[in-house]
Amino acid sequence: MSNVGIVIVSHSPLVAEGTADMVRQMVGDEVPLAWCGGNGHGGLGTNVEAIIGAIDKAWSEAGVAILVDLGGAETNSEMAVEMIGEPRAHKIIVCNAPIVEGAVMAATEASGGASLREVVATAHELSPS
Amino acid sequence: MSAETMVKTGTMVKVDLKTLISVTADTIAAHADELTALDQAIGDGDHGLNMKRGFEAVRAEAEGFAAKPLPEALKAIGTKLVMTVGGASGPLFGTLFMALGKEISAEPDRANLAMAFGKAIEAVAARGKSQVGQKTMLDVLQPVHEALLQGKTAAEIADVVDRAADATVPMKALRGRASFLGDRSIGHMDAGGRSVALLVRAVVESIEGHA
Repeated sequence: MSNVGIVIVSHSPLVAEGTADMVRQMVGDEVPLAWCGGNGHGGLGTNVEAIIGAIDKAWSEAGVAILVDLGGAETNSEMAVEMIGEPRAHKIIVCNAPIVEGAVMAATEASGGASLREVVATAHELSPS
Repeated sequence: MSAETMVKTGTMVKVDLKTLISVTADTIAAHADELTALDQAIGDGDHGLNMKRGFEAVRAEAEGFAAKPLPEALKAIGTKLVMTVGGASGPLFGTLFMALGKEISAEPDRANLAMAFGKAIEAVAARGKSQVGQKTMLDVLQPVHEALLQGKTAAEIADVVDRAADATVPMKALRGRASFLGDRSIGHMDAGGRSVALLVRAVVESIEGHA
């Protein structure tokens, strides 16, 4: 699939899965999509290994946009991108947007074949600057 | 972590990496409940457990790390911490070690260590989008860097970190989970800062003991 992929990273697996469910139902299957949530030990949190796995799963040559919830999700996502390294790292962007609205809007944009830059810009429009 | 082998002014003090891994894992394990209690006060209460899991994972592979040249060993330890500590502390402590490994030479002198430590602090600040004065681990790391630049002895550095961790108590948290509490974060020690103090103290005491 050549559309930009979407990755959802929440502290809660329920929030991440629910957000992914909304994307699937509202946008459809035209967008590579993966989610992860939880600290890997049954509690709330995010972990780098799971985020790398989700990026791999939603990988697209057009790039991947990551939507996150609280601070640690962003820190861990940025760490994951750095560990993946080039040549893929520059095609992965952590969005500054609310997780649910951002995921749905970014996926909508991506489903029409928009570039990574356009997808990320659409998500960012949701954030007060 | 034998990066810190140079903290004793002047002469090179050789402490093997396996010993440093062992003493740091010991101190984190011994203080895990205390770290968790600090984190429960103003964070999400998993810091002690997370740090212990990470440093035990490093201890489990101490032989392999110790066999590598210092820069590679530090980078590998950082990666291991990222993968095992979890939470926001994993990337932050992992970045500290990874960046230290990136900058340090295989046989560092004091100047190289101080330079590498400074770069590592910058990397942690960038990772956490934070700066000194926001009640984070940076508030303990920065005084260590200054002490290294000033040629302070191991015993003096151990004193510096304890005072720096204490100094986070009256601060208001501006980054991390504790910042959600605003003024209510005042009056509690920062758990990440306390962890840095424990780690640095363990390293310098180990070096002093071997000197």
